[in-house]
Amino acid sequence: MPQRYDAIVIGGGHNGLVHAAYLARAGKRVLVLERRPRVGGAAVTEEIFPGFKFSVFSYVVSLLRPEIIRDLELPRHGLEILPLESTLTPLPNGDYLAMWSDHDQTRRELCRHSARDAEAYDEFGQLMHHMAMAVKPILGMVPPDPTSLSPGDLLGLARLAKHFRRLGERHFHALCKLMTMSSADFLDEWFEFDGLKATKAASGIIGTFLGPRSPGTAYVLLHHYMGEIDGAFRAWGFAKGGTGAISEAIAAAARARGTEIRTDAPVARVLVKGGRATGVALESGEEVAASVVVSGLDPRRTFLQLVEEPELPADFVGDIRRYKFRGSSGKVNLALAELPDFTCLPGVGPHLRGAISISPSLEYVERAYDDAKYGEFSRRPYLDIVIPSMIDPAMAPPGKHVMSIFVQYAPYYVNGGWDDAKREAFGDAVVDTVAQYAPNIRSAILGRQVLTPADIERILGLSEGNIFQGELSLHQLFFLRPAPAWAKYRTPVRGLYQCGAGTHPGGGIMGASGRLAALQVLKDWR
Amino acid sequence: MLKVTPFHPRTAPLAQGQAWRRWAGYVVASSYELLHDREYHAIRGAAALFDVSPLYKYVIGGRDAVRLLDRVVTRNVAKCRVGQVLYTPWCDADGKQIDDGTISRLTEGTFRMTAADPNLRWLHRNAAGLDVTIEDVSERTAALSLQGPNARTILQVAADFDLTGLKYFHLTSARIRSIPVTISRTGYTGDLGYEIWVDAAQAVPLWDALIAAGTPYGLTPAGMLALDVARIEAGLLLIEVDYISSHRAFIEAQKSSPFELGLGWTVALDKEQFNGKGALLGEQRRGAAWQFMGIEVDWDSLERLYAEVRLPPRLPTVAWRASVPIYADGGQVGYATSGGWSPLLKQYIALAHLESAFARPGTPVRMEITVEHRRKQAAARVAKTPFFNPERKRGGGGGGA
Repeated sequence: MPQRYDAIVIGGGHNGLVHAAYLARAGKRVLVLERRPRVGGAAVTEEIFPGFKFSVFSYVVSLLRPEIIRDLELPRHGLEILPLESTLTPLPNGDYLAMWSDHDQTRRELCRHSARDAEAYDEFGQLMHHMAMAVKPILGMVPPDPTSLSPGDLLGLARLAKHFRRLGERHFHALCKLMTMSSADFLDEWFEFDGLKATKAASGIIGTFLGPRSPGTAYVLLHHYMGEIDGAFRAWGFAKGGTGAISEAIAAAARARGTEIRTDAPVARVLVKGGRATGVALESGEEVAASVVVSGLDPRRTFLQLVEEPELPADFVGDIRRYKFRGSSGKVNLALAELPDFTCLPGVGPHLRGAISISPSLEYVERAYDDAKYGEFSRRPYLDIVIPSMIDPAMAPPGKHVMSIFVQYAPYYVNGGWDDAKREAFGDAVVDTVAQYAPNIRSAILGRQVLTPADIERILGLSEGNIFQGELSLHQLFFLRPAPAWAKYRTPVRGLYQCGAGTHPGGGIMGASGRLAALQVLKDWR
Repeated sequence: MLKVTPFHPRTAPLAQGQAWRRWAGYVVASSYELLHDREYHAIRGAAALFDVSPLYKYVIGGRDAVRLLDRVVTRNVAKCRVGQVLYTPWCDADGKQIDDGTISRLTEGTFRMTAADPNLRWLHRNAAGLDVTIEDVSERTAALSLQGPNARTILQVAADFDLTGLKYFHLTSARIRSIPVTISRTGYTGDLGYEIWVDAAQAVPLWDALIAAGTPYGLTPAGMLALDVARIEAGLLLIEVDYISSHRAFIEAQKSSPFELGLGWTVALDKEQFNGKGALLGEQRRGAAWQFMGIEVDWDSLERLYAEVRLPPRLPTVAWRASVPIYADGGQVGYATSGGWSPLLKQYIALAHLESAFARPGTPVRMEITVEHRRKQAAARVAKTPFFNPERKRGGGGGGA
C-alpha cells in the first residue's frame, strides 16, 4: 500500500464531493473513488442523444446550501442556478392552473378557480414559511440523540427545545399535524380546489412509496417546501448545464484544494482491522490505506456490502436490513424536435419555462398509487415535467428541446419484474399521459430514454432505485436516519463514516449531509 | 415629455408591468417581465439585450482630434489604435472627476466618445484654438448592448464579420442582415458582450435581426434592474450614484478623483498635459484619501440580526442606490453607494468609499442594515472588485452555446 491518504471518500456523488472538499479545505489529503466514469452520482449531465444533454436523474435543485456555495466558491468553478419560475397543471376539462413567481399573478389565477383558495393561499404560504423556519435549523445540525446523556446531545436537545418553545402554540400544533397527517388531509383543511390540492400534495409523495392519502406525507411536502434559494423559501431552480454542472463545480472546488478524484474505481470492501477502518480494497484488487473512510453510498450498500458482517453489531445489521428503500419513481428523458403544445394553453409561452405537473386531482394521484400498491406501474402516473432547454438553451441544439419527466409511481418490486418490454410499456404510459394534454408530443420525439427503479439501481447503485437513499418517512429521519444511535455520520466501525442522503437530513441536491459529516469527522480528528 | 428611444416600438409592447426608468431624458425599461430575475440570469447564463441608446455620443474629427481628447481625458488617446476602445474618466482642473465613458478610434482621424452626462459644452471649451469638429450624434445613433456567454454566438449568426478575432475593447464595422453597424466588444456587465451602434433609422430592423438570431440561444431583452445587479458584481461605478460629477457637486467633499474611485490605472501621468494633471500628480504623491472598494456582507452575521426578530434574512434582490454607513473600530470609515444580493455568488455585496486606512482587501468592517425599523450593523469584509470576473469576458474564440 504505497499511497496513504488522510481520508478516502467512497462514491463521487454530490455529497461525497462536498464532503471531500470540506476535508480538503481543512488541510486533509483526500481521495474520492467513484465507480462510474464520471462524478456526480444522481446529479449528472449526459449527452444521451447527440446534441441533447440531460440531467439524467436528479433534475432540479432547491436545497443546495448557500453556505456551501460560498465556502467552496462554486460560482467561480462554474455553478449558476437559474430560477424555475412557474408550475402549470393542465386540467382534464381543458382548463389549467398556473402558479407564477409573481404573487399577484398567482392570486388572480387561483381566483379563477376559487376565490376562497386564493385568500387561503396567502395564509397557507405564511404558515408553511413558519414551518420551514421551524425545521430549518434541524437541517443544519448533527442530529442529537434524545436517549443520550452526553453533553453534546443534551446541548443540542436543549437548543431544539428552546427553538420549539419559541414557535408558539399555534405553530407547534401545526408542526405536529404536518409530522403526522397525510398531505391530502392537511391540504383539505386549507383548500377546496382539487387541482391545487393535488399539485401541492404531489410534492408530498416524491420519492416515497406512499399516496397523498397516506399519513406522514405532509412532512415530505414540508421537506420540499423548504426548497430555498437566496433565503427565499419555496424557490426551485435549474443548474446551468444540468445537475451534472453542480457536481462538476463541487469536484473542481475539491480538486482546487488538492483532492484526488479517481473515476472507474469501484470499491469492493472497506478494510477493517481491530474494529477500525484502515482503508479500502478496490474491485481491481488494489488496496488503499487511509486514516478515515467515508461512504457516500446508501446504508444498505455501505453496511451490507462493503463491510464484513462480523464487524457490525447484530442489532445494527438488523436495523439496516429493515431500513426502507422501496423505489417508487422512474424517469423519462425526451429529445424533442419542437416544444409541446398544450391544448389548455397553446403555443410557446412562459408556462413552458417552469414545471408542468400532471396532477389534475387528488383522486388521480391516489389512483396512480393504487396501481403501484398492487405491484404495477401507474397507468396514468403523476408527472413532474420540466424543459431545461427553455431556460438553458445550451442543453439542446438551437431550436430543439429536451424534456425531463419525473414519473411516479414505478415500483421497484413490479409484478413479474422489470424487463425491456415492461420498461417500454412504462415509457409508453408516460408518453400517452403527456399526449393527453399535449398531443403533438408523439411526433416531436426524436429520442426517448426510459429509466425504471431497476435501471436507477443498476446504473447508480441506489438500492431499489430509491432516489433519496431510503424513504423520507418519519421513522427514518433525523436521529433515526439511517438507524437509531448511528445518525451522527459515525458507524459501529471506528474510522468509518457515512455522508450521503441516507443520513440526516436526507435527499435532494443540498450537500448538507456531506458538509455535516465533514464537520463531524474533523471534530473527531482532534 | 420624456423621449423614447428608437427601439421603443419593439420594447414598449414587451414591458409587462409598464416599469420604465428615466435615463438622460429618455425612458428605458426597468424590467420587461414583472420580476427582473430572468433578465439577470440571461446576462450570466445565456444572453441579454439592452437598449442603451440614451448614452451621449459625440463624433470628434479634425486635425487636432487627438490633441483635444488627450487634453480632456486621463488616458493616453495618442496611443489608441484604430479599432481600439478606451474606457476613461475625465476631470476638471482640480483633478476631480466630471464623467466617465469610452473613446473609440473609428479611423485615424475620427473618434466616438460616449458619456453619461452631456459634455458638448465641456468639449467645446477645451477645443479653443484647436482644429476639430465636434458633433453630437446622441439622437442619430441608437445602441444596443448584447451581453452574456452566448453573445458572440448570437452575433456571429447575424453578422457578416468573423467575431472570433475581435478583442476585448476593440471594435469593427460590420453588417448585420445587411444593416451597417459598428460592433464594439464592450459593455457594462463584466461579462462577454458587445455593443452595437446603428443609425437610428435602422434601429427596429436591427432589433428584429438580433432577436431572430438570438432566440434559439436564449437571448432575452433585459432592463436596467438586471443591469444594475450585474454592474455591481462587475464592480463598475455609476455616475450620480457612486460618485457625483464635479460639475454638479455643491461642495468639495462631494467630489472624487479617479484615484479615489479605483480608476488610478486610467490616469496617464506621463502624458504631456491634460485637465487635472497637476492636481493628480500631487495626489499620487500624497496617496489618495479614499478608495472605492467592494464590500462582502457576512451571511452568518446577517442571519443572526434577522434571527433576533425571528425572520429569515431579507435580501435586497433589487439593487439599492443609497448612502449606507460603513463602520470599523470605533467609528464610521466610509459609506456604500450601491449594493444588492448577487444571485450568482449567493453573496450580499456592495460598492463603497472607504478611508484609505481601512480599504485593504480583507479588512473587517461593519455595514449598516435596517432590520425591522432598527439600525443594526452586519459584519462585512473589504473585497477587491470585480466580485465576478469570468474568463470569457476577455477570452477569445470558442465559447457561446
